[in-house]
Amino acid sequence: MANLNLNFPNPVRRAAHSALLSLTHPNKSMFDKQRALLRKAVPAGFPSPADDYVERRLSLDEHLIQHRESTFFMRVAGHSMRDLGIFDGDLLVVDRSVPAAHGCVVVAVIDGEFTVKQLLYTPQGKVLRAAHPDYPEMLITAEQDFSIWGVVQWNVHRL
Amino acid sequence: MPRAIALVDCNNFYVSCERVFQPKLEGKPVVVLSNNDGCVVSRSQEVKDLGMKMAVPWYQMKDLAKRHGIISFSSNYTLYADLSNRVMSLLSRFSPNQEVYSIDESFLDLTGITTDHTAYGQEIRRTIRQCVGIPVCVGIAPSKTLAKLANHVAKKKPRFGSVCDFSSMSATELDALLASVEVGEVWGVGRRTAPKLQEIGIRTVLDLKRAPAKQLGARFSVVFERIVEELNGVACLELDDVAPAKQQIICSRSFGTLTSLLADLEQAVIAYATRAAEKLRQQHSMAGGIQVYIRTSPHREQDPQYQQAILMPLHEPTDDTRLLCHAALHGLRQIYRSGYAYQKAGVMLSEIIPASARPRTLFDDVAAQQKSSALMQTLDRINNRMGSGTLKLLGEGTDTRWAMRRQNISQQYTTEWNELAVCRI
Repeated sequence: MANLNLNFPNPVRRAAHSALLSLTHPNKSMFDKQRALLRKAVPAGFPSPADDYVERRLSLDEHLIQHRESTFFMRVAGHSMRDLGIFDGDLLVVDRSVPAAHGCVVVAVIDGEFTVKQLLYTPQGKVLRAAHPDYPEMLITAEQDFSIWGVVQWNVHRL
Repeated sequence: MPRAIALVDCNNFYVSCERVFQPKLEGKPVVVLSNNDGCVVSRSQEVKDLGMKMAVPWYQMKDLAKRHGIISFSSNYTLYADLSNRVMSLLSRFSPNQEVYSIDESFLDLTGITTDHTAYGQEIRRTIRQCVGIPVCVGIAPSKTLAKLANHVAKKKPRFGSVCDFSSMSATELDALLASVEVGEVWGVGRRTAPKLQEIGIRTVLDLKRAPAKQLGARFSVVFERIVEELNGVACLELDDVAPAKQQIICSRSFGTLTSLLADLEQAVIAYATRAAEKLRQQHSMAGGIQVYIRTSPHREQDPQYQQAILMPLHEPTDDTRLLCHAALHGLRQIYRSGYAYQKAGVMLSEIIPASARPRTLFDDVAAQQKSSALMQTLDRINNRMGSGTLKLLGEGTDTRWAMRRQNISQQYTTEWNELAVCRI
């Protein structure tokens, strides 16, 4: 069914090209469940020997979302995080409740605009580092309106 | 053990929701408008500071808005409901007993929680701010009425740092504070009662707290005996963890554009009756009657005016969308008159009883009832999973010209895959 392989950027790995996921219809599980019920209800024929072993099918939500209340999805536009495996059009799973540790990939707000970068704590201060040679590092200055919106937990990339 | 009840209230909730996904709105004057972009229903602090009041028609404010660069949004209830659910779910962790009072307010029973309550309130604030991005204020006191006031104080007086615990104050300190709040701020004192209280010398909350409860009860309503007791720190109101089933369910809306066509009114009435039937089933009730009403716009004095309502009794209580719509349409056709420009329609379900208490009669078609209930369950389940309105009666139509006007609605950031917030990197 789904061709699944996910990239976990914290701690950061350069496993970019194995980060693959193609999603099928989001509401498919519902029909699966009903099909399972239907199978039980068929009165004729042999009872399935597996009937007593039916368990809930694995759910991606469960796997990707640790904190339901504080997790949001966001869309990427741009190429500055290419070398960490985050590409234009990718889907980010962002958790606001997780503390932003050194090396995390974060969704930050600079002067009112969203960006996605790797967060580094250096002796000079907080640094946002891109993952692409064309994009320079950015030292956050006191004058800048800067905040961390959330920590990127997963990147969902369509093959 | 002394009671401790917290009221957590989100600041400018709708505006705050918009700011979560549009951080550039931070520090700017922002308003959210009601359905059809009619009135201001949520204002950022910057707008409050400009002196713009709640519930004023937006068209009267356009000049002021232009002068100060006020940014306006149509209400995005889908987004607000999702963020509200997140906030309420997080709050439920802070107490074994929660009453969700409205989309942006929740009572929490903190009785028996041994941590310093002000610190606990700050922890609640920090959690909601970080996890959802919504700023909240917390009021803590021995009764719900006082907790509401403590919240008001936490909002209005910056020295409390958005958390105010009345129980941590001395009696004189508290009374001095209550003397600085107008009596109209008390929960349960209506806009009409406040001036009457002022006439008899009750101007501040402290005046009301010290007023003779019995006499007020006799003069206004028995509710006042309870209010005075609550102001004196006696908890008369318990937290309702489950909202009581509603005795009336109303669904009505103004149209985005006026219409004189019966076909448009029929679509609207079916849509409203469908929504009302969903609410009815959510609370496991059935209705014995459905009222339909239509009216022209009272603001267009140049147009001929007409309004009419009709109550359609059902021959047995039901929660079936089809039966309710059928009755509503029947009623609509009786009251509809051509030649008027209609602005609003609505339906109201009445004679509501718990589904389990439906009277049985000798002539009940049990098989049909079972089929109906199975169909409605399936309908609700599919609409819950796949989004509201996935399955609906054809009569509701797909081309809804009369539907609400929402010109400046933001994206459905949390419920639509193609409307997610975009990070340009």
